[in-house]
Amino acid sequence: MKNRTSFFLFTFAVLMLCLSALPSIALAQSSSGGEVTDDEVNTVAKDLYCPVCENIPLDVCPTKACADWRDEIRLKLNEGWTKDQIKQYFVDRFGDRVLGAPPARGINWLVYILPPVLILVGVYVLYRAFQSWRQIPPLQAEEFTASPTQAPQSQDEYMKKLEEQLKASDR
Amino acid sequence: MVANLGYGALILTFLVSLYGICSAIYGGLKNQPRFVDSARNAMLLTWPLLTVTALSIIFLLVYGHYEIKYVAEVTSNSMPLYLRVTALWGGQAGSLIFWSWLMAGFASAVTLRKWDRDREFLPWVIVVSLVTLMFFLSLSIFVENPFERWWQTPTGDVVSAMFQPANSTPLVQADGRGLNPLLRHPGMIIHPPMLYLGFVAFVIPYAFAIAALITGRTDDRWIRVTRRWTLWAWLFLSLGLVLGGRWAYDVLGWGGYWGWDPVEISAAMPWLTGTAFLHSVMIQEKRGMLKHWNMMLIVLTYDLVIFGTFLTRSGVLSSVHAFAQSAIGPLFFGFIALTFGVSMGLLIHRWNSLKSEAQMTNLLSREALFLVNNLLFLSVFVVCFWGVVFPILSEATGLIGQAIPSLAVIFSGQKVTVGPPYYERANGPLFAAMMFLMGIAPLSAWGHSTSKTLGRAIWKPALVTLVVPVLLIVLGIRQVAAWIGLTLAGLVFFVTAYEFWRSALARHRAHNENLFAALWKLAGRNRRRYGGYTIHIGVILMSLGIMGIEIFQTETQATLAAGERLQLDQYAIQYESLVEFPTADGREVARATVSVYKDGQFVTQLYPRRDFYLESQQPMTIPGVRSTLADDFYVLLVDWQPISTQGATFKVYHNPLVNWLWIGGLVFILGTLIAAWPDREMEMQPQRVARVAKAVEQVGL
Amino acid sequence: MNQSPATTNVSQSRPWGKIIAWAALLLLLTIVGIGLIKAQRGQLAVGDMAPNFTLTTFDGQEISLEALRGKVVLLNIWASWCVPCKEEADDLETAWRLYRDRGDVLFVGVAYSDMDTKAKAYLKSYNTTYPNGPDMGTRIYQLYRATGVPETYVIDRTGKLVYVKFSPFQSVAEIQAAIEPLLK
Repeated sequence: MKNRTSFFLFTFAVLMLCLSALPSIALAQSSSGGEVTDDEVNTVAKDLYCPVCENIPLDVCPTKACADWRDEIRLKLNEGWTKDQIKQYFVDRFGDRVLGAPPARGINWLVYILPPVLILVGVYVLYRAFQSWRQIPPLQAEEFTASPTQAPQSQDEYMKKLEEQLKASDR
Repeated sequence: MVANLGYGALILTFLVSLYGICSAIYGGLKNQPRFVDSARNAMLLTWPLLTVTALSIIFLLVYGHYEIKYVAEVTSNSMPLYLRVTALWGGQAGSLIFWSWLMAGFASAVTLRKWDRDREFLPWVIVVSLVTLMFFLSLSIFVENPFERWWQTPTGDVVSAMFQPANSTPLVQADGRGLNPLLRHPGMIIHPPMLYLGFVAFVIPYAFAIAALITGRTDDRWIRVTRRWTLWAWLFLSLGLVLGGRWAYDVLGWGGYWGWDPVEISAAMPWLTGTAFLHSVMIQEKRGMLKHWNMMLIVLTYDLVIFGTFLTRSGVLSSVHAFAQSAIGPLFFGFIALTFGVSMGLLIHRWNSLKSEAQMTNLLSREALFLVNNLLFLSVFVVCFWGVVFPILSEATGLIGQAIPSLAVIFSGQKVTVGPPYYERANGPLFAAMMFLMGIAPLSAWGHSTSKTLGRAIWKPALVTLVVPVLLIVLGIRQVAAWIGLTLAGLVFFVTAYEFWRSALARHRAHNENLFAALWKLAGRNRRRYGGYTIHIGVILMSLGIMGIEIFQTETQATLAAGERLQLDQYAIQYESLVEFPTADGREVARATVSVYKDGQFVTQLYPRRDFYLESQQPMTIPGVRSTLADDFYVLLVDWQPISTQGATFKVYHNPLVNWLWIGGLVFILGTLIAAWPDREMEMQPQRVARVAKAVEQVGL
Repeated sequence: MNQSPATTNVSQSRPWGKIIAWAALLLLLTIVGIGLIKAQRGQLAVGDMAPNFTLTTFDGQEISLEALRGKVVLLNIWASWCVPCKEEADDLETAWRLYRDRGDVLFVGVAYSDMDTKAKAYLKSYNTTYPNGPDMGTRIYQLYRATGVPETYVIDRTGKLVYVKFSPFQSVAEIQAAIEPLLK
């Protein structure tokens, strides 16, 4: 019973870790007035991918096409557009592929649903397996739990025993 | 003709392999050692033959025989010698030959081992190795022949063929197209070969697993025999991945080391399942459990190696790393389906003889935690696999949308990018959980660890670990991710150090040796265990570098006139000058000179540059980096005024701790070497080894 | 693919676990297979039916290929950031002026992965008068399985591809040679 609770505790801990590690997404402040800085352009460009250079974020892509895209972002920022509006503009023009991850609609839901579901199935299957392993031979299980003193308690004792054995056989 | 010599050797290797397979199967089935020996000789012959083939290609590349299609595609007159040699793996056709050559080398090395105790495995190991080899050879011979030449037909068309088509004349070009500029980096000398070595070496444990399934010898012998091979495969694959990261950091100019590119991921997928395999085989060795699972893992790893190669070379994925699309896709596809099907069929056939010999009694026992480890590695694998495959699925299901217009909203068939945001969010928590596990698992014992025994073992290092969050608070670091990550890293570090310390102390007391000698002897005696711990330390150091970039990286960008400064954290750059010049190897280089100041003090000068390759019309950004143990200052030249060279745009990154990624990589490799180095003792003193093994068995660990 | 360790035990007692695993595998293979077939098709070739597309030009005019049956259509995919495209821009405009008064020939330009402002400036600098529009969602580029810019397709009166070119035209005569045979 104790083991089961510890397993749940462990699962809980892992889940908590999962939740807390979700990155917080900082939204770019849309600047009102004044020159738009390169950094503001890059904050938007970081999340976009141009079709010309596959898999390279727009903010570091060296091609001419990408430089044009960055100019367009600067223009829009100057006009007071927000980051989300600009991203949407690019999506409308060039399709979903400009986003770093597919927008969660239609079949794209599968991207986000399938891995967690499979992982949870894995957790469940593993848990069931633990249970079935422990149920089959109560005899052997008892051997371990009933005589804890006979089993080496820690690595120290393991080491000691190992050394003794070796010494004995060396002679 | 060198080309004909190489081609002849290639054909001969193919025939020899075919003979080897037949002979090995006959010898294995009819129990005829003579045929098996003959097959073994065939296996040993493949490597020298392929060496001839590879050397012929290198000869053609070095001497610029541009009448050969492959040579014209990957070399040009302006390329230096070392790049001409390494162009052997710079293109599709050549790299397939290189793959085969490495494969033959590994398989030959394995057949040279002592087989006294495992005679029955020999024919089947030969069969599996040779079938894999023959598959790659057939790709080279029938689809991607590196020796094909250009010909001009009477109608004026240019065709490529191995043998002269009727009435055509040979077409000799004066210069070739040259290697893809991204590949013209010293890192490319070593990164692909390491990856390929890792890939081909995983064929060996797979071959033994299949041999075990065919012969029905389903004890853990196949695992014990291939343990070192697996470790070497893993070593090369890890090294390849780390070197790839380093290459990206130095050359790709995006301030990072890993871009979650589909091709990078397909190289990492066999590594993930291979790592799971390395851990879970220990459970089978110690406890006789998980026999099915280990078989599945090695089959999966083998097929992921092939699958990764398939993804890169079939044109299914587009990526910076991908080879040009070619006709070899369907062959690969068939081969994967075939090997996976046959392996799984064999596994199901032997299912009942692979029963577990023991039970898992405690959820905190070492084996149970290893299983959780497997779950985590497989989870990361699922995330990666799904991310790579999904864009294909998304486009393929567009057919449904086309057929049934009412479903077109769901199945739009749009191209999508599955990029860093997806992988980072999905894998981040999994990595954190892995680190947590790495922290507690070394302290649990095989078979019977409870929360009480584990708690007793862990409280001391856990207490010391508390220093980390306290230190972070004092330093004023507020990112939650940093707290979690660094605290976990601290836990793993202190637990591992504690383990070393405890064991050394025990030995020191028992033998009266000094602590270092004790540690040295200990590591020598149980190299796998202490090599493993060293690897864990390496992972922790690497995680420091990764967290440095992922959490603490800062960046800024601005256009500077000469003499102006740009500040980022405690650093500043001052733009000094810019020169533009053409080079002899066909580049147009723009190189800026900037001075770096730290806290107002001049530190060094950096030369970030942009190379434009005229042949391929590709720009390449090469950063200027000032690297220290504490942080890297990374400067990119983004843009400049073409006429006056008076103003230039720079993007600068401050990457704290990133050097620990590479240092950790070295420690990681060192640990793997400790674990994988061949046992000299084993060969010289078999009795002593047997005694150690017996002692270990008696202690029950 | 996510067969956890315990499938060893579970799948024996419950065959559906195994069935699901195999079905998932088969599905996966099918998907990758379809992807492979798509990748294998390569570029469009002469003789294929030209995929239908609709285009809203920079002037707001709607063009649909289907509505252009009976006319000879030259479809040119280009981009303002593309250096080789500039080699053929003048030639394309010159050729268009040779045919534009006939009424049965239409040139259509499609700007791939381009910004409106840059594309319009480009068109202006070459005095381009034939209809041009942005490739919204890079759909036309994908439909024609293009692999770069510039690419040119000539479509006959029945909607069939009769000419493809994956590099810039070198002369007006080359463009004429692609169109003249269709005007008889």
